[in-house]
Amino acid sequence: MERKGVNVSRLRYTFEFTFIVFALLVSAEFALAQGDKLVKVGVLHSLTGTMAISEVTVKNATLLAIDEINGAGGVMGMRIQPIIEDGASDPAIFAQKAQKLLQQDKVVTIFGGWTSASRKAMFPVVERFHGLLWYPVQFEGNECSPNIMYSGAQPNQQILPALDWAFQQGYKRIFLLGSDYVFPRTANLILKKHIVHRGGEVVGEEYVPLGGTDFSSVINKIKAAAPQAVFNTLNGDSNVSFFKQIAAADLPPSKLPIMSFSIAEQEAKAMGPSLVQGSYAAWNYFQSLDDPANKKFVAAYQAKYGADSPVDDPMAHGYLDVYMWAYAVEKAKSFDPDKVRHAATSLEWKDICMGKTKFAPNQSLYQTAYVGELQADGQFKILWQSPEPIAPEPYDPLTFPGKKCVIK
Amino acid sequence: MSEYALLLGQLFNGISVASILLLAALGLALSFGLMGVINMSHGEMLMLGGYLSFLTLRFAPARAAFALAFVAAFFGAGVFGALLEVTLIRRLYGRPLDTLLATWGVSLALQQAARSIFGPIGVEVTAPKWLAGSITVKGGALGGLNFPFVRLFIIGLAVAVLVVMWAIITRTRLGLCVRAVHQDRDMAEALGVRTRLVDLVMFSLGTAIAGLAGAALALIAPVTPTVGQSYIVYAFMVVILGGLGRLLGTLLAAVLVGLFSASVQIFTSVSFADVLLLTFVIAFIQLRPRGIMVVRTRALEEA
Amino acid sequence: MNGGKRLPYYLAALLILALAPAYLSSYELSLLGRFLALSILSLGLVLAWGRGGILSLGQGVFFGLGGYALAMHLKLERLGAGEIPDFMEWSGLTSLPWWWAPFRSSAVALLAVVLVPPAFAGGLAYLVFRRRVGGVYFALLTQALALAFSTLLISQQKFTGGFNGLTDFNELFGFALGDPKVQLVLYWITLAFLASAFFFSDWLLGTHFGKLLCAIRDGENRVRFLGYDTAPCKAAIFALAGLFAGVAGALFTLHAGVISPAMVGVVPSIEMVVWVAVGGRESLLGAVIGTLAVNMGKDWISSATPELWLFVMGALFVMVVTILPRGIGGLLEPLLQPETVRYYLKIGRYGLVRWLGLARREIEAGQTGSAMKQEQVEQNA
Repeated sequence: MERKGVNVSRLRYTFEFTFIVFALLVSAEFALAQGDKLVKVGVLHSLTGTMAISEVTVKNATLLAIDEINGAGGVMGMRIQPIIEDGASDPAIFAQKAQKLLQQDKVVTIFGGWTSASRKAMFPVVERFHGLLWYPVQFEGNECSPNIMYSGAQPNQQILPALDWAFQQGYKRIFLLGSDYVFPRTANLILKKHIVHRGGEVVGEEYVPLGGTDFSSVINKIKAAAPQAVFNTLNGDSNVSFFKQIAAADLPPSKLPIMSFSIAEQEAKAMGPSLVQGSYAAWNYFQSLDDPANKKFVAAYQAKYGADSPVDDPMAHGYLDVYMWAYAVEKAKSFDPDKVRHAATSLEWKDICMGKTKFAPNQSLYQTAYVGELQADGQFKILWQSPEPIAPEPYDPLTFPGKKCVIK
Repeated sequence: MSEYALLLGQLFNGISVASILLLAALGLALSFGLMGVINMSHGEMLMLGGYLSFLTLRFAPARAAFALAFVAAFFGAGVFGALLEVTLIRRLYGRPLDTLLATWGVSLALQQAARSIFGPIGVEVTAPKWLAGSITVKGGALGGLNFPFVRLFIIGLAVAVLVVMWAIITRTRLGLCVRAVHQDRDMAEALGVRTRLVDLVMFSLGTAIAGLAGAALALIAPVTPTVGQSYIVYAFMVVILGGLGRLLGTLLAAVLVGLFSASVQIFTSVSFADVLLLTFVIAFIQLRPRGIMVVRTRALEEA
Repeated sequence: MNGGKRLPYYLAALLILALAPAYLSSYELSLLGRFLALSILSLGLVLAWGRGGILSLGQGVFFGLGGYALAMHLKLERLGAGEIPDFMEWSGLTSLPWWWAPFRSSAVALLAVVLVPPAFAGGLAYLVFRRRVGGVYFALLTQALALAFSTLLISQQKFTGGFNGLTDFNELFGFALGDPKVQLVLYWITLAFLASAFFFSDWLLGTHFGKLLCAIRDGENRVRFLGYDTAPCKAAIFALAGLFAGVAGALFTLHAGVISPAMVGVVPSIEMVVWVAVGGRESLLGAVIGTLAVNMGKDWISSATPELWLFVMGALFVMVVTILPRGIGGLLEPLLQPETVRYYLKIGRYGLVRWLGLARREIEAGQTGSAMKQEQVEQNA
C-alpha cells in the first residue's frame, strides 16, 4: 500500500513538472511569435497624495500612447513596456523612484513629473545616471538640462500670450493671485516686469498656501484694489473655494474677468462648470481644438477611460511626449538618450494632437498659444490663438537679461 | 472702497473664520477637557459631514434637501464618533499620547477611504438660491462693504450650536453629569454617575458638531479628502488657547484666532499670517500655560 | 543598561550592515543609506519620547534645519564670487542675502548642522516645560511648529527655494556626489554616525540621567518633590533628540540629493513617530528596525499598489498602539537576553530532533504508531 502511494505521488509530480515546463515553453514560443522583444520605459507620476488629482490622468494619457504605439508594431520592432512608479507628491520620493527606474529597472527613458519640485528633484538624478526625462507640464522656465525634454509651455508660450490678449481687450490694471509655490511666484515675477514695461499696472499680488480654502481676506483686498482683471495661478481645489467665495461676494467672472493658468477641462469638470463659466484660460491645447489628430486622440482616450472623461493640456503633452520619443528613437535607430534627444530636436513638424509642434534646439517645444472662455458644458470656446507656433524661451529676456539656454 | 471699509470687512471675515473654527474645535475641546483624549481624526469628522451633505443634496428631494443635509451630517458623524469611542478610544483611557497616535491612524485610513470612494478631486455642494446673494453697502464711507449670506448663515449656525451646548451643559441632567465627571471622575462614579456613558455621549456629540461644521464648510469650499487636515491644526490651537473644557474659553479663543489672522492678513500674505498665528499661540502659552480660561483644580497630575 | 550583555548582538548587526555593499545592488544600498540616516532621528525619538515621555510631532522641523543648513552650503559650494543660487535668480534676488554668506564655509555649515537644531529644540522645550505645560499640549505645539516651519519655508521662496526646496548638489568638500565611490563612503559615514548615536544613547540610558528621565516620564511631580528641577532635564533630552534629527536631516539630504518642505511638515513629522511606535518606543534597536521596516515597506507597497499605503499605515498605527504598545522592540528585546537565547536554542534543538524523527517516521511508515513515536522523542528531549 505505502509503496504504491509513493509511486502515485511521484507519478503526479512528474506529470505536473512536465506540464509546467510545457506550459512555459508554449508561452515563451507564443511570446516570441509575437515578436516580443521588450523595451522598458519609466512612467513616474504621483498616484497618491495631493498631486494625484492631476497626475493620474497624465499617466493614463501616457499609457494610451504606449498602447497605441505597441498596437501599431512598437518602436523599432520592440514592444514598449511601461514601468509605473508612484512619486507620492513628495520630491524625495520622485528622486528615489527615478533612481530606481534608471538603475534597477534600466529603463531607456522616463515620462513623468508635474510640479516643479518633482522635476527639480529628478533633475540631478537623470543627469547623474544619464537618463532622459520627458516633462509634460507648463512651468516657470529657468531651467536648461540636456537630460530633460521640456514639452510643457515656457512662460513665453502661455503666460505672456495671455497678457498680450488681456491688453488687447483693454485690461491693464491687473491683480495677481496664486498658490504659494514656485510656478506662480516666478510667473508673476515675469508678468510684473512685462505689465509695467507695457504701461499697465499691477494693483495687487497675493499668495495662498497650497490647498488653502479661505479667501475672504484676499477677496476683500481685490475689492479694495479694484483691478480690471485677475491673473489666477491658484492650483487645484483652492480654485473652487476662490470662485465660490468671489461669486458669493457679488463679483462673478462676468463682472471681474479672471484669467486662469491652472484651470483646464479636468478642473472645470470637477469644479462644476457653472462656477467658472465665463472665466478665461490660456493653454497650448484645448479638448475643443478643431484638429483631426486631436479628434482621434480624444476619441481614443474616451474609449479607453470613459466617454465623459475630459482631456486637457498636460495630458495632451504626456501623450505627445511618447510619440515624439518614438519618432526620435526611430530616427536615431537607438535608445541611447544622447542620440534620442539629438534626433528629437531635429525632427520635422508633427501634428500629434495639438497642431504643429516640434522640439527646438533648447529641447523645449514649439507650440501655439490659445486663449479660451469656459462654457457651460465644461469646454473652452477658443477666442484667440497665436498666429503661429511660438519658439520656446526658457529665460525671459526682459526679466532675466543675458541668460540663454544652449544645449549641446 | 475705503480703508475703513477694508478694515471693517476684515473684522467680519475674522468673525466668519472664527465661527467655522468654533464649530470645528467645540467637539475637540469637549472630549479633550472631559476625557483627556486627543482625537486626531476629528478633522475627518468634518470631512465626513461634508461628504454626507454632498450625498444628501444629491439624492434627497430638492425642497427638504438642504435641511436634511445638515441632519445627515450631524447624525452621521455622531454615530461614527460613537463607534470610534466604543471600539478604540475606550481602550486607551489614561494614555492620551497613544490615543493621539491611534486616532491619527484612523484619520489616515478615512482619508484614503474618501479618496477611493469619491476620488481625489474635491466634490462641490451648491448652496440653495436663498443663500447665494449678499448684502452690499452702497455708497458712503463704507461703500463696497459686502456680507455674503453664506457667511452670515455659518455665523448664525455657530451661535445656535453654542447656545444649545451651553443650555445642555448648564440646564440638563446630562450637563450636570458632565460637569461632575469633569470636576472629579472618581467621585462622580462613586455617586452613581455612569461615567463611561457620559464620555460616550459627549464624544459622539462632539463629532456630530464637527459633522455640522463640515456641512457648513461645504457651502464655501470644496469637500476634499484632506479638508479635515487643513483645519485640524488650527482647531487644536483654539483648544490649547481656550483652556480645557470651558465653552467660553473655546469661544474666546476661536474669536481671538479668527480676528488675529484676519487683521494680520491686511498687512501680509495669507501664508505669512499662518506662520505669525502659530508663533503667537506658542508665545501665548508662555504667558498663560493653561489657556485663557483656567479651571481651578486640586489635582496635581493632569493630562 | 544591558549594553555589555547585548554588545555581541549589536556588533553582529553592525557587521552585517557594514558589509552591505558586498551583497546589495547600488540602488538598494542608496535606499539603505537613506533609511539608516533616518534611523538616527528615530534614536532621538526613543530618548525623548520612549524614555522622557515627551512626544514630539514636529521632529521634521529639526530634521529640516539640519538638512537645509547643509544644503545651503552645497548650493554655494561651486558658485563663484558674486554668483547666486539659481532659485534666488528666478525669485527676483540679485545678491546673496547676508545670512547665506557664512554658509560658503563648510565649517560654518557643519557647525550649524550640529548646533542650530539642538539649540532651537532645547530652547523651545525649556520655555514650554518651564511653565509646566503638559505633554499633550507640547505634542500639539510641536505639530503647529511643523506646520509653521513648512509654511514659512514655502512662503520665503527667495531665501529658501520655496516649495521646490534645495536640490541639484554636485560636490561636498570637493568630492563629486555622483561618484559611486563617494556614495559608498557616504554609506559608511552614515553607518558610523548611526552606530555612535546608538552606543551613546545606550550608554546615556544607563547613567543616572537616563534613570532620572524614566522617573520624570512615570511621575514628574514626584521627581520634583525629590528636589529635581525637571524642566532642564527635559529640555536637555529634547535638545539631544533635536541634534540627532538635525544630523539625520543633513545625512538624508546628501543621500536623497534634495531637501524640501514636503519632508519637514506635519505629515512627515508624524510618520517619524510611526517608525518609532512600530519599532518600539523604548527600544533603541527596535526603533532602528522599525525605521528600516516601515520605510522599506513603504517603498515596496507604494510600488506595488500605491493606494494601499495609507491604509497600511493607518492600520499599523492603530494596531501598534492597541495591541503592541512596545512595538517590534518589545517582542525582540527579551529574545536578545542570553538566557532566552539559550532557551530558544534548546527549543530549536528539540524541534530539529522532532522534525528529524518525523521524517524518519515517514520513511519507516507503517512500522510504528505515530503517537508512540512522538512520546519517545519527547522523552528523549
